[in-house]
Order: sequence, then structure tokens, then C-alpha cells
Amino acid sequence: MRAVFSLAVVIILVLIAQVGAGSAGMRYLLGVIIPYIAMAVFLIGMVYRVIKWARSPVPFRIPVTCGQEKSLPWIKSSKLDNPHTTLGVIGRMALEILCFRSLFRNTKTELRKGPTLTYGSSKYLWLGALVFHWSFLIIFIRHFKYFTEPIPSFVLLAQNLDGFFQVGLPIVYITDILILVALTYLLFRRLLDAKLRYISLAGDYIPLFLIGGIAVTGVLMRYFTKTDIVAVKQLAIGLVTFSPVGADVLGQISSIFFIHIFLVSVLFIYFPFSKLVHLGGVFLSPTRNLANNNRMERHVNPWDYPVKVHTYEEWEDEFRDVMKAAGLPLDKE
Amino acid sequence: MSDDMPKPEQLAQISYGPPPKNWMDNPVKFRTGTFNYSANPDSARYVDFPYPRKWMPMEDDWQLPENWQEIILNGLKDRLNKYRTLRVFMDICVRCGACADKCHFFIGSGDPKNMPVLRAELLRSVYRNDFTTAGKILGKIAGARKLTVGVLKEWFFYFFQCTECRRCSVYCPYGIDTAEITMMVRELLNLVGLNIDWITTPVANCFRTGNHLGIQPHGFADSLEFAVDELEELTGVRVEAPINRKGAEILFVAPSADYFATPHYYTLLGYLALFHEIGLDYTWSAYASEGGNFGLFHSAETMKRLNNKIYAEAKRLGVKWILGGECGHMWRVLHQYMDTINGPADFLEVPKSPLTGTVFENTKSTKMVHISEFTADLIKHDKIKLDPSRNDHWRITYHDSCNPARAMGLLEEPRYIINKTCNNFFEMPENTIREQTFCCGSGSGLGTDENLEMRLRGGMPRGNAARYVRDKHGVNICLCMCAIDKATLPAVMDYWAPGVEIGGVHEMVGNALILKGEKERDTDLRGTPLVGKEGTGDV
Repeated sequence: MRAVFSLAVVIILVLIAQVGAGSAGMRYLLGVIIPYIAMAVFLIGMVYRVIKWARSPVPFRIPVTCGQEKSLPWIKSSKLDNPHTTLGVIGRMALEILCFRSLFRNTKTELRKGPTLTYGSSKYLWLGALVFHWSFLIIFIRHFKYFTEPIPSFVLLAQNLDGFFQVGLPIVYITDILILVALTYLLFRRLLDAKLRYISLAGDYIPLFLIGGIAVTGVLMRYFTKTDIVAVKQLAIGLVTFSPVGADVLGQISSIFFIHIFLVSVLFIYFPFSKLVHLGGVFLSPTRNLANNNRMERHVNPWDYPVKVHTYEEWEDEFRDVMKAAGLPLDKE
Repeated sequence: MSDDMPKPEQLAQISYGPPPKNWMDNPVKFRTGTFNYSANPDSARYVDFPYPRKWMPMEDDWQLPENWQEIILNGLKDRLNKYRTLRVFMDICVRCGACADKCHFFIGSGDPKNMPVLRAELLRSVYRNDFTTAGKILGKIAGARKLTVGVLKEWFFYFFQCTECRRCSVYCPYGIDTAEITMMVRELLNLVGLNIDWITTPVANCFRTGNHLGIQPHGFADSLEFAVDELEELTGVRVEAPINRKGAEILFVAPSADYFATPHYYTLLGYLALFHEIGLDYTWSAYASEGGNFGLFHSAETMKRLNNKIYAEAKRLGVKWILGGECGHMWRVLHQYMDTINGPADFLEVPKSPLTGTVFENTKSTKMVHISEFTADLIKHDKIKLDPSRNDHWRITYHDSCNPARAMGLLEEPRYIINKTCNNFFEMPENTIREQTFCCGSGSGLGTDENLEMRLRGGMPRGNAARYVRDKHGVNICLCMCAIDKATLPAVMDYWAPGVEIGGVHEMVGNALILKGEKERDTDLRGTPLVGKEGTGDV
């Protein structure tokens, strides 16, 4: 149900853009005004979100440790999975953010006759997630070619690597295929695994359909229904230089482009209000970004306050007689 | 074990398929054997917990204060502003499901609300409703729901059905720590007087007498005296167990179960024998006679109130540093919280082994050393004589306790000690040990008899792994360094892996340790005849 609802939302968005692309005024809205709004909402929203996280302090240092801690000199510690230095933490975070270290650990539990529990290695989620995120990043970088002139070398490098196999005309980008495959996997995984379907919210399907819609319209434009790339670049440069193009340029661009850019705009607006904020949150998770040097260096809780305790004096007062009888040492006789 | 407990094969009839109804429309049922009883109001009153009263989870009316919703929502707001963990964890979960089948309670019950992701959603749904724009506008579509009595009951049931073991967090791509979420919700429940007795009464006992069991100083002295006598009978060597001795070099703190419960007791005998043999200048304390801290399972404030005694006592006695015994959650507190909540321990010295001269640099701020670190260092430097063949009647496996594994990383020291004191050591399967270790199913204050069915369900993965090494290698004892494990794993093993006993690492040290002037040892510390000595001793 929630999946159908989410799909319907995205289809409605597509239809809005499709209809809108039919009128010149609406084209300006879709191609210029909404992208500006989207950018503003995204930036302000994410900054607000990160500030909100950062303003809540970290009262305790509570890393979740994996592997051996740093202890005796002759015991080898796990420097990345259980770091005790800042460098180690950076390594742990890099492994997490770039390689999805934790998902790589994933296992699948099965209960067999006996009863016997087994824990098989299960790397599909790791692979699907990794392929999706890396493809997304590379495609994102590739798109800088529309917003820059001259095009920076790292963008060209990404583009060249992505088209490395030189197959097809225009050359097929590997990430275009990979992102569609990965999105399909992530969607069907959510739909077919009963446990996952049970925990999934509309907010879990919407990003999949939305990004799927963006990828499909992008692929259609590149490989099938051509659009005027020169005009698109003029539009993009116009946006980043704050001198948006007029109706003449907008009129040259095919309507599918307006669906594409509208879905991208919606994604940017949706971003700060959704689970997609994990993009920023992953850096701020205190169980991962702190060193396990707890007994080496004191961590201070900024809101620490005195509490009511049972002091030794009160305690001895209460138990003095029995302690005396048992021959235990006393502070006050 | 009661007769109405289903057989293991029956209990293991578990379906992991969720029910057809949306989880929000599936109210909680309090079925006997699956939850803990409410706190004794006298205990709650003793430690000033709010709204102490007589009530029971299975009753309809929980006699909540009039403005309970306001209290909880204000409490949640307060904690969102005080804990970055909470705020980040509420926002960033993508429900990827990696955690789903990692929880021992989910594996053992199949209840979808025991999937860590859904356990967190129980709180997250309320957070969305009252603290996020999307939730306020879109409601249920955005996964939001109002805080109702039904939701509150669900919280009580499922957040006292999480042992704060952190296994799920190991697999989470963002490190979302369900233990942290559980701790927050338990604090919220406490604000309206909803607590369980197995946490509240030990807390009250500990606050008053110094230990969870409520043993008064003379009782504490008696039990140590008794242990000294018993050790003399077993080994022929009379040891000292000094209490509240000012000027000792080291304060030793162990979980109270070590001197009052079995099989913990054999570990205590191990400590006593070891300290005597190396001539350690140390003292016990009757005031700080508890290393464990059930306050951790209640609230940060209560944890601090109980933990306070350790540094205070170290200061009063004038010791140089502190040594800690075998316990799991105790070390969560000592390692991750103590210095922050009751430090700085600037009146102590950086721990240095008086025998080997090793400076424990890893404890230079907190100044508290884990006994397995201390003993591993002794063995490494050949400071004690060991006869591992005295443990030959044991075929051993080792259970990493959750907190030393996932809140410290104390993995190699116990293994080193076991390998030096025993000849037959077999690891359980790799997905069930070290940071992937499974909880006993009774941690975080849930180890009561009324909760036995849930404990056995939660203990199923651990029991299953133990059964595997029992069948494959003939394992007959599972060692661990946690007082709750030692108290509750025997029931789990009897049920899932009969024939596997539970012991402590320093019990094995005590067995293997050759004491100067000892008599010929015919039995181990349990009084079990040694291999080749069967029938010779006065058993």
C-alpha cells in the first residue's frame, strides 16, 4: 500500500511537469524558479538539520567497539574497528562512509530443524547499497559539466572513467546501468522480503521512486529522445550565474527535461525533511566517530550536575553497630 | 524450571514472517512469562523515583499521573537537547533492515517489534508526531503516531525486552545504538513511575548497603570469611581477604554476585587465591561492595548515584589505583562512564602492576584496570606458576559478554588466560563470538523468573552455539566474565544445551594456580575431582 502510494505520488509529479512543460510560463517556473527554491530549501534545510544535531551535546563517549581494544603493549589492537586515536577514527569513518564497512558484516540468520541456527554471510545489501551510492555520486559529479565552463578536469575524469568501455553511441555510462539495477534491487528487496515490507514507510519508497524517475528520464534523454544539450547547458550556466535564461532558450528544450529537473528539484526539497539526511548524520553518529580511549582520556559532560549520593559517613552511621560487632574498621568509633 | 514451560522444540517453532496487520494497529499483550513485574513502591520511594505506586503491567489501569503525556513529551524534548545520539538516531535510520535478524529476542521470538529497527520506531513514531514538520503535517503517512496509553504499554513491554547488548549496532551502517534508545525510553518511563522491580530494588539496595543484594557490611565480611575457609579446605592455604583497609595499594571491586551466588563463587575463590599467591597489597570495601550498577538500566542519574561510591571509597582508603573483577555491564559503566560522571580521579596514580612493573597506560585517566588485563600481564611475565592439566576435566568454550566485547573490546586477554590455564579450549562459531557475540538474554535487569520464557527465547542463539561445540568437541563448560551471565546462563544451557556448565575465567586461574605451600590438590575449586584423582579425594 505504502509502495503504491509512493509510486502514485511520483507519477503525479511527473504528470505535473509534463503538463507544465506545455506552457512557456510554466517552463520558467519548472526550469528556473523551482530549482532556485529547491536549492534554497536544500541548503537551508540541511544546515538547519546539522546545526540542530550539533547543538545537542555528546555527554558520554560511547563508541560501539568491534575488535580488540588498545590495552597491553603485546596484544595487537584493532586500529580501525576499535580505534583509540583520532587517526584511527578517521580511518573507521572513511571505511564506513566510503566502503560501508558495517553492512559488509551483514549476515542472514536462518532457523533450521534441530533447532539449529545458522548465520550465513549476506553481502547483497552491501553490494546493492554501495553500487547505488557510488553510481549516484559519480552521476552527480558528471553533471557538473552542465554548470561549468571550462569543465574542471575531475569532472572530465569521472566522465571518461564512467564511459571507459566505449560502448554504444552516445557512449554508455556504466553508472547509468548500475544505478537502475541497484535501484531495482533495493526496491524489490523492500517489496519481497516480508520483514522489510513490514517496517517500510512511505518515506522509504518515495526516494526510490523519485531517484528512479530521475534516472529513467536522464537515461531517456541521453540515449533515446534527444534534447538540445546546448540549450540545457545555457539554462544550467544561467542558473549558477544568477542570470537565468529566457523563454527563447527554454523553448528549445524538450519537455522530458522539465520532468527530469522537476523531479530533481522535488528531491532537493524533500531531502532535509526525510531519512535522506543520513548523508549528514552518518558523520555525526557518536557510536562511530569517537575513539575508544575512554580510560586514557577523560570525557567531559557539559550538562553534568551533582546528584544525591549515599556518603560513606551516612553509611557508616547506619551500619556502625554491625560493623563493630564484625570487627570491621571504622572511621568514627 | 516450571512444568508449564514448553519443550525446546516447541519453543523453537518460530515464524519470522510478520503478521498481516500494520504494526501500529497491533496492541501489545502481556502474556505470563514474557515480561517483568513492576517496581516495589517502597524501593522506588527509597531512591526518590517519581510516582511510586502499586500497579501491575497486566492490569488495564496503570494509574498514570494526570498529565503523563506532557511529562513524557517534555522528557523527550529535554533528552533530544541533551543527547546527540538520540537526536541523530531519531532522524537518520533508513530502515535498511540490516539489524532485523541480529537481535537475540527477535531470533528467539519472531516478534517483529523485537527487530531493533522496529523497536526504535516505537519511539521514532512519537518523535515524528511531536517533533518533526513532516510528522506534524502528514501524520501516519509519515510514520507518525500520537502518544497513547497503548503506545506507552508497548514501550514498557519492548524496552524491557531489550538487553542493551548493542549487537544490532555493530551491523548498522550508521551505528544506531538500540541500547541508547532503550536507555532513553526507560528514563522516560521512569518519569511517570513505570519501572520493573528487578532494577528498582537492586538499585535501592545498592544505594543503601553498597551492593545490589542488600548485604550489610557484616554479611559481606561473613561471606568473604566463608570463602577464605573454603579455599583453605580445598588448597590447604589460608589467605587473607582484607576489608576497608586504609593504606592498601589497590582497591578491588567485584560484582556482589561473586561473593553470594554460584557459579560466581568459584571465580571469587580464584581471585582470592591469585591475590594471595602474588602477595597483592589490596583491600575489599564493604561500602563499595558492588561493581555492577543497575542504575545503568534505570537512568544516567541513578547510574551516577551508585557509581559514586567507587571513587569516593578509593579516596577515603587512600589507595593508589583500582582493580575490577569479572562483570559485563559493570565494565560498561567503568570504562565508558565512570570517569565522566564521577571523575576526575586525580587523587589516584596511573595503575602499575606491583609485580611486573607494567604501567597500564590504557587506564591512565580512569585508573581502573580489568582483572583479565592484570592477570594476562602476570602470566605473560611468568609471575605465577600454572598447571593447566588441573583443568583437563573441563572442555571449555568462551562466551564474550556483550559489554566487554562491544563497549570495550576486551577480547584477547581472557582468551590468553584461558589458553595458559587450560588445555582444551574450543571457540564457538565466529558469528557468535567477539563483537558478534550473543547476549545471555537476561541482561539489563531482565533476569527474573517471571520473565523466564522470554529469557530462554533470548538465550536461544547463545544456547544454540554452545550446543554446537558441545556436540562437536564435547564442550562441558562455557566460561564468561559477567555476573549476569553466570547467574542466568545456567538456565539457558540447561534448556538449550544440557550438560554445559557455566564458569568464570578466574575460576580456571584458581584451578591451575600452584600456590606456595598448597596441599596436593585432588579437586578443582568446585570440589570436582581432577583427572586421575577420581575417587582419591575426600569428596
